[in-house]
Amino acid sequence: MISYILRRTVAAVILLLVVTAVTFAIFFLLPRLAGQTADQLAQQYIGKSPTKADIEAVKQNLGLDQPVYVQYWDFIKGIVSGATYDLGPTTAQCNAPCFGYSFKTHVEVWPQLTSRIPVTLSLAAGAAVMWLLGGITAGVISALKPRSLADRTFMGIALAGVSLPMFFTGQLALFLFTFKWPIFGRDYVPFTENPSQWANTLFPAWCSLALLYSAIYARLTRSGMLETMSEDFIRTARAKGLRERNVVAKHGLRAALTPIITVFGMDLGLLLGGAVITEYTFSLHGIGEYAVQSIKDNDLPPILGVTLLAAFFVVLANFLVDLLYAAADPRVRLS
Amino acid sequence: MTELSKTGAAVGEPVKASSDAPTAFLEVRDLKVHFPTDDGLVKSVDGVSFKVEKGKTLAIVGESGSGKSVTSLAVMGLHKLGARGKNVQISGEIWLDGKELVSAAPDEVRRLRGREMAMIFQDPLSAMHPYYTIGHQIVEAYRVHHDVSKKVARTRAIEMLDRVGIPEPTKRVDNYPHEFSGGMRQRAMIAMALVNNPELLIADEPTTALDVTVQAQILDLIRDLQKEFGSAVVMITHDLGVVAEIADDVLVMYGGRCVERGPVADIFEQPQHPYTWGLLGSMPRIDRETSERLIPVKGQPPSLINVPSGCAFHPRCPYADIPKGDVTRTVRPELTQVGTGHFSACHLSPEDRTRIWTEEIAPKL
Repeated sequence: MISYILRRTVAAVILLLVVTAVTFAIFFLLPRLAGQTADQLAQQYIGKSPTKADIEAVKQNLGLDQPVYVQYWDFIKGIVSGATYDLGPTTAQCNAPCFGYSFKTHVEVWPQLTSRIPVTLSLAAGAAVMWLLGGITAGVISALKPRSLADRTFMGIALAGVSLPMFFTGQLALFLFTFKWPIFGRDYVPFTENPSQWANTLFPAWCSLALLYSAIYARLTRSGMLETMSEDFIRTARAKGLRERNVVAKHGLRAALTPIITVFGMDLGLLLGGAVITEYTFSLHGIGEYAVQSIKDNDLPPILGVTLLAAFFVVLANFLVDLLYAAADPRVRLS
Repeated sequence: MTELSKTGAAVGEPVKASSDAPTAFLEVRDLKVHFPTDDGLVKSVDGVSFKVEKGKTLAIVGESGSGKSVTSLAVMGLHKLGARGKNVQISGEIWLDGKELVSAAPDEVRRLRGREMAMIFQDPLSAMHPYYTIGHQIVEAYRVHHDVSKKVARTRAIEMLDRVGIPEPTKRVDNYPHEFSGGMRQRAMIAMALVNNPELLIADEPTTALDVTVQAQILDLIRDLQKEFGSAVVMITHDLGVVAEIADDVLVMYGGRCVERGPVADIFEQPQHPYTWGLLGSMPRIDRETSERLIPVKGQPPSLINVPSGCAFHPRCPYADIPKGDVTRTVRPELTQVGTGHFSACHLSPEDRTRIWTEEIAPKL
């Protein structure tokens, strides 16, 4: 078990290195191959009307005059052990994990990320709870009474939920419940400051996001349950004289939900890397918003930071899924 | 009611549906199980009657789709459950120990399931839940009907595993089904079925999925346990070797109907229905020359939606033209008594049957 975790960790680190290398290459190497010089990059960092001396200084300080592989090495080194930037008279200490400074705002990337993680996490976690509850409940009811009115209603809502884009449902929820009838708050409040206000503000965002996902989970649960409830072991459970609700909950649901763990892990991992449209719609300053802003500004260090963070969440989610799956299905052995 | 035969099961006149109190421990009267589908009404079981006494074994034989499993699931009351259960049409009577089950409330039947009647299934791997340990599943079966602690139930589970011949039961109780071999799984399945001392045990092809060597062990085990607990056993099988081994009485099903039933000796020594002859002819025998070919029953099993008119077996019956006129094609033959507790549904005259059996069929077996 410990060796399994160790091996998975090593694999994850290698994967993350590959992700950074590819991102680094796309945003650093490709423009250079297309003719962009270190001078132009330094100019971009300084902004308006730089002097020749400024450009030289920035090039040196940020290592832009070095070969790309050296820059990549410095970048990785910064994440692991921090970096010190020589700014002429003073030095700037960027503590590990150091993702450098934004070209645009000259603000350190890592604190930006850490301040945004709770927002994205709040959004994703709250929505996940809602879509799991809603999707699975709807799916089970639909599966137990296929072709019934309840089944058709739920599957109709599911179809609508998966078809309607976030910028429709989100805007609608925002318009109705935050502006027309202001039931919910407008400005994000951290959970640690005021939990009820936190939930109150995020609720419309959760609902909109959960509608999208619960549609998928309702369909997944329904088909999984339909298949499971026709298995031989369900007949055995009934032959034992178990009550039907125990047959469904203990024998049916248990087997039907296990595959959903996989999908859920992936979805959550991806969401933690930023729910772009939802964050924009509800003006939440999360990872996704940061990512889009950075891409618009062609701001390399934040892009690298966000990419790495998103990849990290996906890798972590996958790892947890494997552990959970092994716990849920005894036939799966971790080795 | 007529008196019990020497074997005690499958006796009496072909019983008509009536509310007379039953005389046997398990008595099924004119059972019909129909499934409406988009293509038409599937008459999986269409008027089957039989009796089984405690301590006796009835074997139900027939080819795939003859309705033998559907019959047993109907006795257990398992058709009505689940999403598809709403459409199933069941009529007739099923009397278990003086209680009528077809008209009983679902929860009443549920209470009997697993306690008074239990079932062993064909493939123990798919019939056990892959995510729960063997012990957990037996404990669950026990605690549905006994208000005891998990610890007490676990002791009981270990005791049952020991009884069915599983080595190191205290250890194996915590294994998952996939960690057992096929034979061991079937033993565990039997332990689970018998944990509540049921008086009726239905075994649906319990040895079909097993190695031949293990088959004999499992049959021995069922027979021993039956003696020990005095239960009635209904054995569903298409293997006449199993029938010869374990049955007291035999019910031969064809196209959802009973074509012949009687004591096991009669069925093997003087069968009175061409379909039974066919089954006997298609059974491999160790004492037969290997160069002799098995004689299959020609043709396909009948459609259960458009069951052939008259005698359902007539399209495949080599003797369908012997009775005068087109009686085999137009009139459904009733079960008639041909011996003590021995019934057959065939239009052939008793003389013709005796002649064909002794002159044509028996010498070739």
